[in-house]
Parts: sequence; C-alpha cells; structure tokens
Amino acid sequence: MGDFSFAYSIWIPLIPFFTFILLGLAGHILKPRLAGIIGTTALGVIFVMSLYTAYQYFFVYGMVDGVYQKIIAYNTTWLQFTDTLHIHMGVILDPISVMMLVVVTTVSFMVHLYSIGYMHGELGFERFFAFLSLFSFAMLGLVVATNIFQMYIFWELVGVSSYLLIGFYYQKPSAVAASKKAFIVTRFADLGFLIGILILSYITGTFDFITITDPNGAAIHQGSGTAFLGLSVMTWAVLLIFIGGAGKSAMFPLHIWLPDAMEGPTPVSALIHAATMVVAGVYLVARLFPVYYFSAPEALHVIAYVGGFTSLFAAVIACTQLDIKRILAFSTLSQIGYMMLALGVSGWGDHEGVGFMAGNFHLFTHAMFKALLFLGSGAIIHAVHSNYMNEMGGLRKYLPITHLTFLIACLTIAGIPPFSGFFSKDEILVAAYHHDKVLFFVEYFVAGLTAFYMFRLYFSVFWGKEPHYHHKPHEAPATMTIPLIFLALASIFTGFIPFTELVTTDGVPFHAHIDWGIALPSIGIGVLGILGAMVMYRRETNLPEKMAANLKYLYRWSYNKFYIDEVYLFITKKIIFRYISRPVAWFDRHMVDGAMNGMAGLTNLISFKIRGFQSGQVQKYAFVFVTGALALALVFIYLWTN
Amino acid sequence: MDFLSYFIIVPLLTVLGIIVSRNDKQAKWTAAIGMSIQLVLAAVLVFRYLAERKAGNMAEFLFYHDYLWFPALNIRYTVGVDGISVAMVALTSLVIFTGIFASWEVKFQFREFFATLILLATGVFGFFICTDLFTMFLFYELAVLPMYLLIGIWGSGPKEYSAMKLTLMLMGGSALLLVGLIGLYFHSAPDGGPYTFNFIEISKVQIPIQMQYFLFPMTFVGFGILGALFPLHTWSPDGHSSAPTAVSMLHAGVLMKLGGYGCFRVAMFLMPEAAHDLSWIFLILTTISVVYGAFGAIMQKDLKYINAYSSVSHCGLVLFALLMMNETAINGAIMQMVSHGIMTALFFALIGMIYGRTHTRIIDEMGGLMRVIPFLAVAYVIAGLASLGLPGFSGFVAEMTVFVGSWQNTGTFYRVATVIACASIVITAVYILRVVGILLQGPVREPWYHQFTDATWYERISVGFLIAGIAGIGIAPLWLSNMITNSLGPIMDRLNMISFIH
Amino acid sequence: MLYGIRLEYFLILATLMFFVGIYGFLTRRNLITMLMSVELILNAVNIQFVAFNRYLFPDKLEGHFFSLIVVAVAAAEAAVAIAIIINIYRHFTSINVEDVDEMKY
Repeated sequence: MGDFSFAYSIWIPLIPFFTFILLGLAGHILKPRLAGIIGTTALGVIFVMSLYTAYQYFFVYGMVDGVYQKIIAYNTTWLQFTDTLHIHMGVILDPISVMMLVVVTTVSFMVHLYSIGYMHGELGFERFFAFLSLFSFAMLGLVVATNIFQMYIFWELVGVSSYLLIGFYYQKPSAVAASKKAFIVTRFADLGFLIGILILSYITGTFDFITITDPNGAAIHQGSGTAFLGLSVMTWAVLLIFIGGAGKSAMFPLHIWLPDAMEGPTPVSALIHAATMVVAGVYLVARLFPVYYFSAPEALHVIAYVGGFTSLFAAVIACTQLDIKRILAFSTLSQIGYMMLALGVSGWGDHEGVGFMAGNFHLFTHAMFKALLFLGSGAIIHAVHSNYMNEMGGLRKYLPITHLTFLIACLTIAGIPPFSGFFSKDEILVAAYHHDKVLFFVEYFVAGLTAFYMFRLYFSVFWGKEPHYHHKPHEAPATMTIPLIFLALASIFTGFIPFTELVTTDGVPFHAHIDWGIALPSIGIGVLGILGAMVMYRRETNLPEKMAANLKYLYRWSYNKFYIDEVYLFITKKIIFRYISRPVAWFDRHMVDGAMNGMAGLTNLISFKIRGFQSGQVQKYAFVFVTGALALALVFIYLWTN
Repeated sequence: MDFLSYFIIVPLLTVLGIIVSRNDKQAKWTAAIGMSIQLVLAAVLVFRYLAERKAGNMAEFLFYHDYLWFPALNIRYTVGVDGISVAMVALTSLVIFTGIFASWEVKFQFREFFATLILLATGVFGFFICTDLFTMFLFYELAVLPMYLLIGIWGSGPKEYSAMKLTLMLMGGSALLLVGLIGLYFHSAPDGGPYTFNFIEISKVQIPIQMQYFLFPMTFVGFGILGALFPLHTWSPDGHSSAPTAVSMLHAGVLMKLGGYGCFRVAMFLMPEAAHDLSWIFLILTTISVVYGAFGAIMQKDLKYINAYSSVSHCGLVLFALLMMNETAINGAIMQMVSHGIMTALFFALIGMIYGRTHTRIIDEMGGLMRVIPFLAVAYVIAGLASLGLPGFSGFVAEMTVFVGSWQNTGTFYRVATVIACASIVITAVYILRVVGILLQGPVREPWYHQFTDATWYERISVGFLIAGIAGIGIAPLWLSNMITNSLGPIMDRLNMISFIH
Repeated sequence: MLYGIRLEYFLILATLMFFVGIYGFLTRRNLITMLMSVELILNAVNIQFVAFNRYLFPDKLEGHFFSLIVVAVAAAEAAVAIAIIINIYRHFTSINVEDVDEMKY
C-alpha cells in the first residue's frame, strides 16, 4: 500500500458531524437557504472525498499481491471495558466499506441538493438539514466501523436520526406515531443485536472485525460447541445479530415500521428508507459474512429464507397498495429481501462467492434506482400534492423530466437490460440457481411481480385517466431535477461496473459472464409483468376490479398487508400495555406501596389503641400506679423471702 | 485546612450568608455564587486528582487527612478521595449548581428554602469525601433529614404525606444501617487495640463470616432503600412528585446515588465474603427493579411519576451492576450513577420548567409543546434520548459497560439476569417516546400556549450545563472510565481474593 | 412512757391511714377530698417515720426531721394544690376530677 495514508478518511464522517453541530446550534440564526447550502456543500465535499478514496483504494493502493486488503485508516480508543475488550473509533477500508462510502455520499449529496428545492419554505428547513447531516454522519460512521461495537453505536444513531426525520412533521399525529413505531421496532431488534454482540465478544474476546472475520484466525472457530436447541453458541450469536440486521433492514416479521416511515418527507424516504439505512442490515451480514459462512451455516440458511420470503411477501403487498410511497416502500422491502437472499446463498471464494458479490452489487444499483424512484415520486407529490395513485394520471405531459427518469428507474428495477438492475439481479438469480432451486423459482416469480407492480405504478401515474387537478401540475425546479438526471444516469451505467473484480468474499477478483440461460427467462418474465401492467393500467379499464374480485381473499389480505400490523397492535396495546404494564402499575400502587402504607396504618392503629390509656383521669393513673407499686412490692417480697 | 474540607466549608458559609442576607435577591446571588465556587472547586479537584494520578501517586485515597474529634470512641473526621468519590463530588456540585438556577423563582420563604437545600448538599458532599463510617453516617443523616422540610413546606400535592413517607422509609433504612455500622465497628479490631470507624482500616481485617451474614443485609438494605431497591422503592414516586424542582433534582440526581455508593463502599467493600454469597438474593431483586420500574413507567400519567419509575429502573441497574462484582460491571455501575444523576436532574429541571408554564404535569392534558417552547422541548427530547441509552450521551456508555461487564460472569443465572436487564432498553424507549409523542409533538393543545415564553437565561444555564454534562461524558467517556477503573483495583483485589478462597 | 405500746400498733395505724388515704384518692371525685386523702397518706408516712425513729434509733433524730420536712412540704403542696383547684374551678366551674381531662391523648 506504499506510503500513502488514508488517514484523511476520518474526515468523511466528521465533516457532516460538525455540520450537524453548526446547524443544530446556530441553525435558527442562519437564513434557511444558507443552512441548506452549508449542508449540501459539506456533503459535496465528502462526496468528492469518497470518490477519491474509492479511486485510490480500488485502483491504486488497495490491492496487495492480488488481494484487496482491509486497511485500518484510523483508529482510536474510545472506551475500555476489560483488558481485551475495547471500543475503538476508527475507519476501516475494504471493498464493501469503500463501496458503501460511495453509495452513501452519492445518495446523500443528491438528496441534500434535491431537498433545497423540495423543502423550500417548510417550517424547520434548517432543522431538516441538521438532521440530514446527523444521519450522514451516523451512516458513514456505521459504514467505516472497525469493530462491531462502533457499528452498534452508529447503528443506534442512524436509528435515532431516522426517528427524528420520520417525525419531522411533528405536529402531524400520524408522523409522530410512525416515528415512534420505527424506533421501537428497530430498538427491539437491536436488543437482539446487543445480546448477539455480548455473546460474540465473550467467546471471541474482541469486538474487532478483522480479528473476528479472519477465516484463518482462532476467533472465528470459537464457540462451536452445541449450546442450546442444537445450535452452537456462535450460531446463536450471529443469529441474534441478524435479528438486529433484520430489524433495520425491515425483514419479515420486523418490516412493519418501514411502510409507516413514509410519513417522513420524501427526500428522507429516499435517503434513509430506501438507499442507505435500510441496507445496513445487509451490510452487517456482509461484514460478518466469513463468520456466517464458516461458523454458522445454519444462520446463513435462515438469512436466505427470511430474505426470500420477505421479497415475495412484500412484492405481493406492493401490487395492491394505492399510496405511491408505500408501493415503493414495499418494493424496497422486496429488493432488500433479494440482497439478503443473495448473501444467504453465497459460498466462499471465486465463483462460489458470487452471491456475496451479487448482494453487494444489487445494494449498489438498488441504492441508485430506488433513490431515483423516491425522488421522482417526491417530484410527483410536489406537483399534485397527494400520495394517492387514484388522484393521479396522465402526468407525462406535465412532468417530462420526471417521467423520463421515472421510466428509466422502472425499467431498471424490472431488470431490463442494459439498465443496471438487470445485471445485479441476474447475478443474484445465478447464485440462487446454484444453491437453492426453491428460492430460485421464488425469485423468478418475484421478478415478474416486481415488473408488474412498478409498471402498475408507472402507468397509473403517468398514463391512465387524468383526474381533475386543482391547479396545473408543473415540473420541479432545477435543484430537484438535476439529482433525478444524475441518478438516472447512474442507474443506466452502474451496471457496467465490473463488481466481480472489486467486491468479492475473499478479496480476490474473478471474472464472471452473464449466464444467458438464466438471464433470458428473467428478462422474459420482466417483460411479461410490464405487458400485464400495460394492459390493465395504461388506459382506464375494468380489468383491475375484475382481478380483484376474482382473487377476493388474496386481494383483501394483500391490501391489508396480511394484517401483520394488527397482530403487532394486539401484542403491544392489548398484551403489553393492558396485561403487563397496567398490572405492574397497579401492583406497585396497591401491593408494594400498599404494604408500606399498611405498615404505617398498623402503627397508627396500635398507637390509637394504646393512647386510650391516657384518659386524662388522674385517678386512673393513680390506680394504675398504686396497683403497679403493690405488684412490684409483692414481687420483691416474694423474691426476698425465697 | 486541607483541600477536601473546602467542600464542606463553602456550602456551610453559603448557608450562613443566605441566613444573614437582607432580601431574597441577595440570598439568591449568595447561593449562586457559593455553588459556582463549589463547581469550580469540583473541577479543580478533578484536575488535581488526575494530575496526581498521572504523577504516579498510587495511594488508595488522595488528599487524605485525619482529625480525631471524639477520642472516647475513636471517632474521626477523615477525608480522602479516590476516583469514585471524585466522580460523585463532581456530579453533586453540578447538580446543586444547576438546581439553584432551576429554582430561581421560588416565591415562598426563599431564604429558608435555599439555606435548607444547600445544607442538604453539604451533607452529600461530606458523605462522599469522608472515610470514617461514623462521620459518613452523620453526613448521611444531614443529607436525608432536610428533605422532610423541603418537601413538607415547599412541595406540592399531598406533600405532608409524601414527606412523611419518604422520611420514615429512609429513617427505617438508617436504623438498619446504624446497626450494621456499629457491628462493623465492634469487629474492626480483632487483634485488640482500639476499635475504628475508618473503612480503610476495617477493609484490612477479616470480619467473621457469620457476622457478615448478619451485617451485610443490614447495610445493603439500609443503603439500598435510598437506592430504590425493590420492593422498598415506593417512597420515590410519591416523594419526587411532591418535591419542588430543585429538590427532585438533588434527590434523584444525587441522594439516590448515596445509596449505591454506600452499598458499594460499605456493604460490599467491607464484607466481600457475604456479598459474594448473598448477592444472588439482591441480584434477583435488582433485576426485578430494572424491568419493573420500566414497566411501571409506561402507564403513568404524571411526568414526575414517569421519571420516578424510570429512576427506579436506572438505579436498579446501578445495584444490579454492583452485584455482578467484576471490574467492568462495577465501573459501569459508577458511570451509571454519574450518568443517571445528571440525566434525571435534567429531566426534573425540565419538568419543573414545563410545569411552571402549563401548570399541570399530567401528560394527557398537554401537547404540542415543541412548537411553543422549542428550547425546553428539544432539551426534553435530548434528556429522553439520553435516558433510553442513545450513543453520544452518557447513558449509553454506562449501560453498555454494565451489560458487557455483567456478561463476563458465566453461569446461566447471571446470563438470564443480564438478558432481562438488557430488555429494559426497549421498554425505556417505549415510555420515553410515548411521553415525547404526547407531550411535545402533535398539534398545540391549548391556544393560550402560544403566549409561552421560551426558557429564560437562568433556565438556559441550568439546562445547558446538564446537557453539556451528559454529552461530554457520552462523547468522550474514556477519562471518566479510566478514573474509576484505576480506583477499583484494591476493591477488586479484595473481591477476587474471595472468589479464590471459595 | 409508751413502752407498753408496741411498734406494730403504730404501723397498723399508719397502714390503715395510708390505705384509707389511697382509697379516698382513688374513689373520691372531688378535688378537695382528694387533697385531703393525700394529706392522710402523708401523715401516715409521718407516723411511721416518727415511730421507727423512736423504736429503732432512739438516740437519733433524723426521722423527726424528715417528718417535719414532710409537714412543711405538705403545707406548701396544699397551698399550691388549692391554688390550682381554684383555677380549675374558675375554668370549668367544677372541681369534679372527671371534668378535668383536657390533657388526654
């Protein structure tokens, strides 16, 4: 790696942090526009820095002897627990973290730029940018974490910035409820993460990623004895950690917070709930991949199936929703399911490890096109002031740029070549084909569903019947369209990045070719989905209603998101609040405190009885006195005489 | 005069100054100046302590001074601090300093209020710097008793009831404690020679194990009552909700820490064998405390009740970690004391300020405060986030240290207890966010809320210092952690020796 | 002189007087009567003092002194007691002891 030092990279997370401090403390003094510009400029700077780092890492200094190294660019002790367990704060550079740096800064920069236009005139404009900076800081800190505890720290911080941003419109009760739900559900998952960390650190004696994930090291083989329910300690540890990842990445059944999180401003949905934070779970699994692969293959199966099921489940729901942001949210779930599945079916080294590569590849492309979709939907919402598809239609005339970029994004997600989604999805299908045929066919089906619901959205919004608009929709300002165009270009071209040469399980590049035997049917099913959507939604027909009537129960269940929310509501409101908390409160007031008050009452009662002796009647006192004296006299006489 | 005694003299002089001051304004400023000096002294103490340690002074207690004041029973005024006491002294001076500013507008019998409050603080300072059990006990009583007056006279709601309850329960604790201390005294010199109350001396002798089984529960429960040990915590919700703002701050922030500190310094340090053998009983109780307090907080309606239950949960975690008896966990316990002290003081200060505007503490009767008093509302959110253990604030550092430490104990019992305690972080999130959602967010509930003024300068001082405290520890925790760990050495040696023998 | 009279007779007289006094003190409700009963008790003690002194230590005078002191104290006590009784009477318009129970509880 020569004498080049990557130490400057610590500033990539720190710059947004200082921006956050500045905007948080002095934001209300600044002019809103200036606050926006400060935030955006800071992001622009680190965007450039990240690109530079990626260049230096991938093409100049990162590879030694044909293997991409894991470079600790910066490390400082933050807290010491025991002699061996320390929390460091630092920067690790390896293929996935560098890739994530690029993803995060790109999307974040675009979203910042876009927000200047989108949030224009909103109350709390500078607060919004402060929170965005906080999020960028936290997400970058997460990405470059050198140890699992640093990751957990920033994991919590992205959670809270997500909470703050979902609840940005804090006067709106639904936003408040959604932010609360998001935080508590992910917090619950983080409990699993935390316990997983405790177990992992206990058996390996370190938090450090490099030590833990070294396939030849001792740490990775610790805790292999069977512990509980036939699984080894290590398997339990990484499964619990995966729960944390599943919570943040909204895997079934912890997905319920993500659709509600769409209550936040649309740029936030694009940044946090589509491109970056929700893939943190995937990143976590990728980061610990050697541990999963070598020490806990059972956990890897679980991940594959959870991912596969979520992708199917979410795709089915997405077909019936009406709120465009929610459709995109379910689509995000489905796509993250793909990534998880890809990691789950991956092997180790070269072509065996294609799943790992594909998962990260899809993460990368998905970040671009999903951010584009969200920003596009933001432009649509900006134009028509509604989230609901049935209040839209025929918008292609009014929003030409949005229309074009949205179409590109839809084609990308549907997996049509030469757009990037095709390449990454194809690799995932290849990986699935070689490891698990069931999942492979599920994913085939999901690919078709994806194309269908995306084009259902596309045709309903841009074609179809034009409703009566209160005022004519107009194209968004340049600050909003430039990011759209940029991301559209990214969606087109990122597919050609040779990921197999860059991001691999063991750091050794390999070559892969498109397997047309798998790719062609997948294109076919994508086209089929598009055609289906076109027939049903391009013009106003009664076909959708007929379909819905035919698939009555499926439709209703899907429309109501399979009633998972209701189950959660039942558990929290009914069981926890009514049957645990209230009894505890009651028990405390009436039993524990009652015992204390009872003791006081008893003392009172006894003294009440005793005070009857103090009647105030002198003669009673005298009588007691004389009787007592006599009794004592008798006792003494008795004692003396014997 | 030795350096540490200033921590007692300055508040006493302040009390004197308040008593002789001519009007409320003078009294107010006397208090503010006195406590500022105290805060500066505390900062000096921290720096001097760190400097001494850096210079290689490895004595167990620094700034040690010894005066005999009651020769017949060999009762001494002995002062000395290690890292733990330094942390506690710094915490106390911060809380009392901000407490003064938080009660800037007490209307009724101002001078008496401040004089009593600072007298109470004197007791706390004395308790933390003394190493003589009798003198400690004396200061302990000095810290506990003015509470009765402060709540009974300046409180709100059923204040007589609460004051009585609080005082009686704590006195019950004192009674147990006194038995324990006297028991220790009479076993302090097994080889003849004069008995002593100095715990440094006592720690060097072996107290008969049968005696320990008797004295350990006495002292642990005695201090534990003040540390809100389940099921003896019920003074806390009533007491806190009736107490005036500064008193709640001081009580939850500092006085409850006296309990944890005492449990550690007296019960566990002096009777490690019994602590080792009996810890499981108390571990069960404290685990219950942690979860039970959190669940109890979910359904409360009064802000102060919520916070009081939350304190039960957090202080339960302190005792929980102490009983785990390894270096990391105990380190976490001490940090949790500091952290919770600042955090809860911030909470109570803010509740007082919000109450001063809305004249209610029932959360369902308020809403949308973020819009009208942004400074206080943001501060409340920060306090809440700190309380639910967000990284970047002190609560996270402390809790994580506790959990990692607890996990080092093998054995299913410890593991299960740790997992249950960990679960509290989720429950905490539930009740904190519930309050934030109802109280601060949402539409502004009453039209007249728009006339509120945001925080005044003295409120900003109070809140600002406390937030700086939690954020400071949260962002750079290493110095505090190291300061505490360095002082844990002798204690850990003693505890480890025991597990070796067993 | 009195050598024919044995000590026991004095003691019997004193005991009778004492218990009459006690009985009066416990049963009478009139404060004046109670005061008189107290005088009876005191004088029973006086008789015992003098008698014991004469029979056990004929060459000493302490018993006489004591009884004189008792007489003096009794006089003072009567004066104080009657003053109190008068005040009670003014306050309660009664000298029945059962009416004077303000101090209870």
